Amino acid sequence: MADFLPELSRAVPRLADGLLVTVEATVLGAALALVLAYALGLLSRSARPPVRGAARLVVEFFRGTSLYVQLFWLFFALPMLGFRLEPLACGVLALGLNFGAYGSEVVRGAVAAVPRAQTEAAIALGMGPALRLRRVVLPQAHALMVAPFKNLLVQLLKATPLLSLVTVPDLTFQIDQLRSSTGATAASYLLLLGLYFGLAVVLSLGMNALERAAKARAGQEGGV
Amino acid sequence: MWDGEAALAALPTVLEGFGVTLVATVLAFALAAVLGLALALAQRAGPAWLALPVRGAAGFVRSTPLLVQLFAAWVLVPGLDAPVLGVLVLGVHYATYLSEVYRTGIDAVPKGQWEACTALSLPRRRVWRAVVLPQAVRNVLPPLGNYAVSMFKETPLLSVITVHEMVHEANTYGSTHFAYLESFTLAAAVFLLASWPTSALLRRLEARLAH
Amino acid sequence: MPTEDPAVRFDRVTKRYGDHTVLDGLDLEVARGERVTLIGPSGSGKTTILRLLMTLERVTDGVIHVAGQPFSHMPGRTPGKLVPASERHLAGRRRRIGMVFQQFNLFPHMSVLDNVVEAPVHVLGESRDEAAQHARDLLDLVGLADKVDARPTRLSGGQQQRVAIARALAMRPEILLLDEVTSALDPELVAEVLDVLRDVARRTDITLLCVTHEMGFARDVSDRILMFDRGRIVESGPADALLDAPAEERTRAFLGSVR
Repeated sequence: MADFLPELSRAVPRLADGLLVTVEATVLGAALALVLAYALGLLSRSARPPVRGAARLVVEFFRGTSLYVQLFWLFFALPMLGFRLEPLACGVLALGLNFGAYGSEVVRGAVAAVPRAQTEAAIALGMGPALRLRRVVLPQAHALMVAPFKNLLVQLLKATPLLSLVTVPDLTFQIDQLRSSTGATAASYLLLLGLYFGLAVVLSLGMNALERAAKARAGQEGGV
Repeated sequence: MWDGEAALAALPTVLEGFGVTLVATVLAFALAAVLGLALALAQRAGPAWLALPVRGAAGFVRSTPLLVQLFAAWVLVPGLDAPVLGVLVLGVHYATYLSEVYRTGIDAVPKGQWEACTALSLPRRRVWRAVVLPQAVRNVLPPLGNYAVSMFKETPLLSVITVHEMVHEANTYGSTHFAYLESFTLAAAVFLLASWPTSALLRRLEARLAH
Repeated sequence: MPTEDPAVRFDRVTKRYGDHTVLDGLDLEVARGERVTLIGPSGSGKTTILRLLMTLERVTDGVIHVAGQPFSHMPGRTPGKLVPASERHLAGRRRRIGMVFQQFNLFPHMSVLDNVVEAPVHVLGESRDEAAQHARDLLDLVGLADKVDARPTRLSGGQQQRVAIARALAMRPEILLLDEVTSALDPELVAEVLDVLRDVARRTDITLLCVTHEMGFARDVSDRILMFDRGRIVESGPADALLDAPAEERTRAFLGSVR
């Protein structure tokens, strides 16, 4: 333990690198997940049965196979088919696909929760389907999405240490190095848990602010 | 490319791993269901000096990665077999989710039910056991089921502390026989085959409980 | 001559939900500029007529014409044959019709002004300044000039419904549908909404189709009243005649129950 603090101060640059990789994986994974969540969520409400069915199939596939299997499949199995991705790319892709599938359920549910009467009012004003979605339904659905998206985002952050298993040098990876070089196991892991907790708190606070803003914009609860 | 014979050869190993995954999930979920209820009751029915620390600790466990918790427990709690430790950590981690589910279910019991109990002068214990919890459990069955499916898909993490569950077996088989494509694809297929019917069943349960 | 075509013509229109027949081979004509009120017990099909005209429901059988043109249907590949209208066809046609709903259905995420400006800008392609000026005039007409920047949820039910009237008028519809516009209001707020509608009826030559239980209002604005029961017209006639001397027993019973 006596050696831990000097070792730790020497390791700070590497830990900062690891933190950066963790943040990078979280942000990129979340961005991909968000795009997929919208695309799959809206497609699974399509009026055309084949489109709807295909979207549902993709969602159920990525929800039904574990994130861990998806990540390992991309890292170990995909190269056997002749495609080799960078470890970080594997991680971001797996996170994006898996959380995108879960997120699409959030989008679908939120859009379905906007009262039908709002769509009818928009039809009565001559608005077409795209305009109705963009100007009337989605702005109100957004307010309902933020809270579940917050949970998913924290889940996604908590899933990023998995990337260290496929050699991505993230925070967990770097602290594991620190642990093996100092032997200060307890201190290292407590520090690591504390850092993730801090990241989760920061994310939650940010999303809470977003939620208040979205609700105010949607004209719910104490809007401006 | 895909090799059917290799896949067939990998199947017994993967299925053996699936058995371990299933048992670990069932045990860990049983622990999570009981401990989660205890955590929820400590926060809703317990004294204030207990409620606050329980809430804080549960929040910490819920907000930190399961993988890191497994690593930490593995090196900090010596003398336990890997499968036992894995089930304990997984169970405690999910108990912190389930306590939130129970709390929501308890809060969803209408205020009038409590007032009716007061009007009947029912003792506190009786109120919880005979009136509130039976209604709360009905509220939480569908989300509880969804968490069981999530946990099942997160059990592969136990492989990092050398528990021989399915993904661990698939990985080992893949590396020794150079058949990653077949072994991991099989593992994915088994997950799909196991979680689809379960999810469908849960949706029917949810629909039935809704009215 | 197009001017002689009725504003609305229902040609043997049937609407069924499963086994339940709401409208049964209905024939109905409304002349341009005419004000028609539909009365009758709930479930008699009055609201369905408005919802079919607004394309919120599709007809099961028969054809609806608006301004002499097929509305619920469009010409098919075979000359002379009509097929159910596509969303595209409807999108082009429904602009001449506006509707005010029982539950107002204002957009909660937009200010009062934006509610009124939204469709003229994004559907008709008016410039925002032009649309905003028109919207302010309309909000002035309904007595809400001081509420342009308010959120709809901050307004009383009567104020919300008056915004909804301004919103519908902003599209300059030829036909306005009023679906039980005062039924969701507290009694003391009914008058302010009906006064605005009387004013609109007086100032414009808009064609009105109105479902209401307010018989005083029906008498004031209607040229003609139609009494409905079980998807059919029981009786129709000029407002005063039908309200004061109904010919049918069912009309008498209904009028007795709402007075």
